[in-house]
Amino acid sequence: MMASSSTRHRVLALYKELHRLGRDYPDPAYDFNGRMRRMFERNKSLTDPEEIEKALKLGEYIKNETLALYSLKKYRHLKQKYPLSSDSPSQS
Amino acid sequence: MRPTAARLLNILVPVKRCVDYAVKIRVNPQQTGIDTNVKHSMNPFDEIAVEEAVRLRERLKDAVKSIKVVTIGPPKSAETLRTALAMGADSGIHVEIPDSAPSPEPLGVARVLEAIVKRQEGGVDLIIMGKQAIDDDLGQTGQMLAAILGASQATCASKLEVDVEKYVANVRTEIDGGAEELVCKLPAVITTDLRLNEPRYASLPNIMKAKKKPIEKLSASELGVDLTPVLETIKVTEPPKRVGGGKVENVDQLVAKLKEAGFTALST
Repeated sequence: MMASSSTRHRVLALYKELHRLGRDYPDPAYDFNGRMRRMFERNKSLTDPEEIEKALKLGEYIKNETLALYSLKKYRHLKQKYPLSSDSPSQS
Repeated sequence: MRPTAARLLNILVPVKRCVDYAVKIRVNPQQTGIDTNVKHSMNPFDEIAVEEAVRLRERLKDAVKSIKVVTIGPPKSAETLRTALAMGADSGIHVEIPDSAPSPEPLGVARVLEAIVKRQEGGVDLIIMGKQAIDDDLGQTGQMLAAILGASQATCASKLEVDVEKYVANVRTEIDGGAEELVCKLPAVITTDLRLNEPRYASLPNIMKAKKKPIEKLSASELGVDLTPVLETIKVTEPPKRVGGGKVENVDQLVAKLKEAGFTALST
């Protein structure tokens, strides 16, 4: 049985967003997008709305965690390269 | 009764497309520059500037009439504008230069921005821009622009508030050994420090929506500005490789090594 069209829309939107994020993953060997795709494929025959909702929530969680990872990495790097005068100077 | 804004603010945010922060820079074999066939993204300080403009609108609401982003760069710089539009800017201006053209210098950029400011109907009240670009780290454009415009300036801002009634910006700027609190009459040029805010992520739906926002295409010549560089780059090299330190057994050896290196005793 096919999931409702609104659920389908949400799943597709989540997939596209995660795929776009995955392209910037710092470790290409981790194969973020490959793993992500397999996780989606494993769940493709879900019918129970509660289980679908749980899976969507997990996807959202992974998206937010990935965004936080990117943000932390970037700003840690920048804060080191551009310290405040009160911070210790960066080592090149 | 809701008070009406004394004036509606027009905010201009210049942004620059730079080599991405995470890229390992390589000098090209001709030693004339760096390898630019790498990932590019918006200068992080400019992302902070766009974010600040969007947050100002979230706080001041209707008092902010428009947030325009502008970039000077090759055709690919349009992507940088789209990212800014996805973060919440209303429209963009792309001053296009050919792929082969040398990178514009701060004075040239400031002159282009001045010409753009003067073209804006209703004027520009606030210019928020990155304090420096992470590719050249020059940190001059904001200051030059303020001087050319005769506008107030506050650089390395870590806090920004705008009092629309009084038509001033209250800015905390980072200086050596601490911070300064400034009150700047508008129009003003504010350059952003890293600590001002943390920019939002431009989600895919917002990027799609941003495709509908207008981007005006202009050229430096129609703005009456010559972007030919004043400086000539003679050579670009990597910094010297770090040589490992050495260990000595005792003070006599240390003195011998210092003498070898050319250090002599101070005369008494």
